[in-house]
Amino acid sequence: MSVFDGFRFRRVSSPVHDLDPRVKFLYVCVVFAAAVMFSELLPLILLLLIQVPFILLAGVQRAWLRSLRGASFLALLIFVMNLVSMYLYQGQVLLEYSLGMTLRFLVLVESFSTFFLTTSPDQLSLALEQSHVPYEFSFAFTTAVRFVPVLAEEAQTIMDAQRARGLELERGNFIKRVKNYIPILIPLIVNAIRRSLELAEAMESRAWGATEKRTNLYVLKMRGGDYALALTSLSMLIIAVYIRLYIPIPSITTLVHL
Amino acid sequence: MAIIEAKGLAYAYPGRTNHSIKDLSITIERGEFVILTGPSGCGKTTLCRCFNGLIPHFYDGKLEGDLTVAGLNVPEHSISELASRVGLVFQNPENQLFALSVEKDVAFGLENLGMPREEIRKRVDWALKMTGIEDLRDRAPHELSGGQQQRVAIACVLAMQPDVMVLDEPTSFLDPLGAQRIFEVINELNKKLGITVILVEHRLDLASKYADHVIIMDKGEIILDGEPRKIFDSEEARLIGVGVPKVTRLYQFLKERGVLLGRVPVASEEASHLLREVLVRDRG
Amino acid sequence: MIEVKDLHFTYPNGVEALRGVSLAISDGEFVAIMGQNGAGKTTLVKHFNGLLKPNKGEALVDGVSTKRVSVAQLARKVGFVFQNPDHQLFCETVEEEISFALRNFGFKETTIKRRVTWALNLLGLTQYRKTSPFMLSGGERKRVALASVLAWNPEVVILDEPTIGQDYQQKETLRQFIVQLNAQGKTVVVVTHDVEFVAECGPRVVLMLQGRILAEGKAEEVLTNLSLVAQASIVPPQITQTFLGLADLGLPTNVINVHDASRILLNLLEVTP
Repeated sequence: MSVFDGFRFRRVSSPVHDLDPRVKFLYVCVVFAAAVMFSELLPLILLLLIQVPFILLAGVQRAWLRSLRGASFLALLIFVMNLVSMYLYQGQVLLEYSLGMTLRFLVLVESFSTFFLTTSPDQLSLALEQSHVPYEFSFAFTTAVRFVPVLAEEAQTIMDAQRARGLELERGNFIKRVKNYIPILIPLIVNAIRRSLELAEAMESRAWGATEKRTNLYVLKMRGGDYALALTSLSMLIIAVYIRLYIPIPSITTLVHL
Repeated sequence: MAIIEAKGLAYAYPGRTNHSIKDLSITIERGEFVILTGPSGCGKTTLCRCFNGLIPHFYDGKLEGDLTVAGLNVPEHSISELASRVGLVFQNPENQLFALSVEKDVAFGLENLGMPREEIRKRVDWALKMTGIEDLRDRAPHELSGGQQQRVAIACVLAMQPDVMVLDEPTSFLDPLGAQRIFEVINELNKKLGITVILVEHRLDLASKYADHVIIMDKGEIILDGEPRKIFDSEEARLIGVGVPKVTRLYQFLKERGVLLGRVPVASEEASHLLREVLVRDRG
Repeated sequence: MIEVKDLHFTYPNGVEALRGVSLAISDGEFVAIMGQNGAGKTTLVKHFNGLLKPNKGEALVDGVSTKRVSVAQLARKVGFVFQNPDHQLFCETVEEEISFALRNFGFKETTIKRRVTWALNLLGLTQYRKTSPFMLSGGERKRVALASVLAWNPEVVILDEPTIGQDYQQKETLRQFIVQLNAQGKTVVVVTHDVEFVAECGPRVVLMLQGRILAEGKAEEVLTNLSLVAQASIVPPQITQTFLGLADLGLPTNVINVHDASRILLNLLEVTP
């Protein structure tokens, strides 16, 4: 569960939180692209370290570290799997390569974690709206996020209600346990459908679909910092491509031998 | 000037054989505070949905008879057209708030209407002030209590500046104190802003004192329609099984034994006054 | 029968719901747990059937700590009717719904058939035996939920906010039903904020405030105590408020229902009641 901690938005104020989410997303995409471009250790380590100033500036280091910890099991799995499969296919122990794959995974997880830690679902939906994504989608997204805690609570209540009728969720073999979840799932789904109907009524009653040209209380405006980040991201991308094409990257083992 | 006029209104939900409302005719004047009550299944919720156009536009089926709300003939106008004249607040506070902050929720309806941003800002601030929830502006709906959520729901509807506000059992999930607060807010909007209020309620003990017009329904029809005190004191009200205020029952018990109070009470303060008159007179 | 001693409970999200609650409920008692939303009423009763276990202090059912028994075992003795029937209805027919708990508790099929018929009869649901519970009205679904709990004949019945969303007649029917259940020897615990409902039943009232018991006693004592009522943020019954406004005329201040009120007034006015 702690890996999800690294994705939950925290309402804190910082320069990073105030950045335009579209620009932040661009940055994350660039990091993603760069990570995929390289399998050598050196650039991947660099990419991982580049995140750190952002995280410190945003003050979300604790949550970020928690997500790192949560991702570590998967990271280890990837490392071992790569090591084993490379050995089986090429007969060699490719330590650096496996480490590289692991690092790539970590870079991807961490960059997305940074994004979600510093961007509220509200801002996300605003970004979606202004990126000319149809309003229905960003509305569906926001509503889903809004109701996650409600549904979680309801699931707990339903479990309690059924346990109070003698349903034992912890006992029995695998098949029995799965069957035991039917009395939980059905009320959950039925209530979700009922809720959707009520939501639809409320939406209609507040002029949903009145006009194609929907306005917004808030609007995202790019400011100095946003342009700076956008410029930095694009430059990073160009440099990465250049390096990939023209500059050979020494492996760590080579460097160590020098 | 009548703000709602219904003549011979009848409706059956698609797929159901019996009508939820049958041959219903009412007149509601501008600025009234109306209480609409009756046993479960009497058609009150159906009627509410007719007022803002959910019937017939959202629920399909044919709405028979005539219904004019705030000058608009309901079957001929879309729900979004009616939305700026009639607002509807629902029973479950949780399921009418969809945004991640109170402010955005209140702005929702106005955004849908495509209003300019400055206008939205002004109206949102105004609605939050009128319902006394300015301090909740940035909060997420899940963090709020039921009573707070309902006040947000009222603010959401208020921001659209409707002529009529219909509230369908808005205090069902609230405790009595929370319910009282909601009634006070609604009453303020009615008295200060002249918004016509139609309140569907079972909790007549708490709400009756605000009403100047009571309508009691049963089995899809209007049985009683008029002045609150007369209706609550009537035999029919008791037969239908409506929960008349306890002080009204007390008045009736005393009347049966020949003790007559000055008038029919619906709230405890006036009951105290009326009883005091009788007791002092008796002693003096 | 049920006893809690210095019960403390904090939810995983950090909310301290119960801060030292001690209460004893004897066999056959009729208790109303009252207080504002958020006072800890539902949290408290969830300790009676083991759904929640105390962080500190003890919860005992028939002398045995709830920590040592499973929820299923406790549920056999302590029935819990949840506020929203839609949180438990999932079967294709009302009959199956009522049989669900009976099967969980290991009753024999013949006994189950008998009990289901009995429960359907008791709650006036016989004609809905083969109906899908989802097709029923709100009030009927509540009755199905109640029937499904009474079917296994628990010694204690807990009802969490049973009057929410009900009209006057439904509340009256429920009230009479609950009083009858208690008269038949069941221990009944009702969690409610509906003061008028309690005023008509006259149970023992336990008033809660912010995770503690503020006061307990007879309904006509607790609900008419102005300072308690103000502290607990509850609204006293209309009749009580009326009489409190006449206290200076020497009228009794512990009146909560219409019948007593009218009797007292008629006596005062020397009219034969």
